[in-house]
Amino acid sequence: MRDYILYGLGAVAAYLVARDIIVIAGLPREASQGAIFKIIFFHVPVAMTAMLCSFAALIGSVMFLLTKNFKYDALAVAVTEVGLAFLAANLVTGSIWARVIWGIWWAWDARLTSALVCWLLYAGYLTLRRAIEEPTQRATFAAVFSIFAFIDVPIVIFSIKWWRTQHPQPVFWGGGSIPRDWYAVAGWNWLAMILLGVVLTAIRLRQEQSQREIDSLRRMAHAL
Amino acid sequence: MQFLRQVLTIAAKDLRAEIRTKEAVNSSLAFAVVILLLFSFAFDAFEDTTKEMAGGLLWIVFAFAGTLILNRSFARELPNDCLDALISAPVSGAALFLGKALGNFMLVLAVELISLPVFGIFANVHWTEQFWQLMLVLVLGTWGMTVVGTVFSALTVNIRLREVMLPMLTYPILVPALMGAMQLSLPLVQGKPIGPDTVMWLKMLIGFDVMYTAVSLLLVETVLVG
Amino acid sequence: MDAVAAEGVWKFYGDFPALRDVQLAAPAGSCLALIGRNGAGKTTLLRTIAGFSHPGRGRILINGKPPRETDTRRHMGFIGHGISVYDELSALENLMLYGRLYGLADPRKSALAWLERTGLERVRDGLVREFSRGMRQRLAVARAFLHEPSVLLLDEPFTALDDRAIAVLQTLLRQALNDGRTIVLSTHQLREALELASHVALLNRGQVAFHGPCTPEMVADPGFVYARYGEG
Repeated sequence: MRDYILYGLGAVAAYLVARDIIVIAGLPREASQGAIFKIIFFHVPVAMTAMLCSFAALIGSVMFLLTKNFKYDALAVAVTEVGLAFLAANLVTGSIWARVIWGIWWAWDARLTSALVCWLLYAGYLTLRRAIEEPTQRATFAAVFSIFAFIDVPIVIFSIKWWRTQHPQPVFWGGGSIPRDWYAVAGWNWLAMILLGVVLTAIRLRQEQSQREIDSLRRMAHAL
Repeated sequence: MQFLRQVLTIAAKDLRAEIRTKEAVNSSLAFAVVILLLFSFAFDAFEDTTKEMAGGLLWIVFAFAGTLILNRSFARELPNDCLDALISAPVSGAALFLGKALGNFMLVLAVELISLPVFGIFANVHWTEQFWQLMLVLVLGTWGMTVVGTVFSALTVNIRLREVMLPMLTYPILVPALMGAMQLSLPLVQGKPIGPDTVMWLKMLIGFDVMYTAVSLLLVETVLVG
Repeated sequence: MDAVAAEGVWKFYGDFPALRDVQLAAPAGSCLALIGRNGAGKTTLLRTIAGFSHPGRGRILINGKPPRETDTRRHMGFIGHGISVYDELSALENLMLYGRLYGLADPRKSALAWLERTGLERVRDGLVREFSRGMRQRLAVARAFLHEPSVLLLDEPFTALDDRAIAVLQTLLRQALNDGRTIVLSTHQLREALELASHVALLNRGQVAFHGPCTPEMVADPGFVYARYGEG
């Protein structure tokens, strides 16, 4: 991606986030939960962006297995890393929320628990990559694992939700999700998160490309 | 027919080799007993609350002890480069995978069946009351664990830190299956049969097994040959 | 139709080309010796021919078909660096295992026959882990020949063999050639290989530097090919 496009997107994302923060701060307080409820403006969009990343990772993995083209492998790893960061943001915001509302850092809420398991899955993907030296093998095995992980995501979410309905715990959002008239702000913030994700992915893709070139140059140097 | 023969030949080979050396089974059993022992220190066996969670603890034991056996699965093909011979033989990846999975399944199940009475004694539960339903859960849960563990055993066979990578990759994937097995075992171990509120877990477990068996059969050739 | 053909084969590790536009053919009944320095790509090429991995570009044909097809594998024998037999099983059990996997009509009969041809009939029920090195190597040879493959791929088969095993292997290979089978072997032991070879191919940094019939000059002075076609 051309530099100026990247800078452009980054600037737009930064502007949106800044604008959103000002708007969100100006919104009235939510009835039952107070100011902390506004964390939802980040908590939900980062989760949704993480889901998009996981889907993009699946596409990258499947395309790599079909075409053996490394640009798909680069996409898969870049998008997984970014998705992992967003999931972590989801977990942290959720944890802060729990602490403020319930006084505990973790409450085994269905959504948070699912996010945790998904985080572990994709962290596993990255650790697997680190354990394999040879690039083709690494890309192939990582792609296979990514497919297994993606299939697991809906099963995990369903199971944990079912588990929590059997053993109800205090539900997080106190019965409320984002109020109707706040949808616009939430939408803008989601766009900002997506743009941020795209920028980070592009940067990571570039780094991955450079790394591959260095690796193959090193091998050639050894062979001489 | 040839396919089935090959599956059984490979399963028989693994079982014969394991029965001769008993490496994996012995260490797995010892591990299972040790974990059960440690649980006994952590929880008071006479408390009702312990009996209520005993079914869940049981699957922690099975998951950990099972990994020892699953790790060996493709690792036993490494000495002498036996994996090369298997890959170059006219055996489809699916047959090789199913043969290994079947062998693993029987070994893990054997360890579980031997651990059950020990568990019953340590945790002071009458697990035989719902014997056949418990066996059903054992079979379904163990197959799910075996299928994923066997594929990942093939995936991790040649990479660094294999013994650490296998559990780290397998357990998150197995979360739904282990959860289902645990939720089903909790009442069963206390003598309560599977009811309308828990039968959902049974369906999920079956779905998990079918799904991952299918995906593994599809992808195993890619893992072995690339 | 050649028994073994590599057409424009490239093999990449990441972006690094381990094999570069390899063009080779071994007609049926011939013996092709692959020579080259360490790291030239002999093992990579042999393993790609055997179907252990797919080439990045180009293709491999064994008797006109891809190596991974079940039928091709049934008629192919491979000996790599390891002996590919199980330590915890007996010699007979090992061979019967492979006999069944290869779909032989009577695995036990074939196993016993080959144990006899490799001089292992007296230890047929002994576990492989108790065998001496030479015995293990002979069992490896039996395993590779058991299903009467029409194409044999051998990766440095003479390395680390004792004299008895070398003799057994050379006899079997000569017999195989007389039966019309095709052999491709990679080697450092030029002398033993060139005595059997009808063709020679020199690999240098993943490329075929020379490919042609094996001449008496080569057999007399194996270093000749390196000097003439290899680089210093």
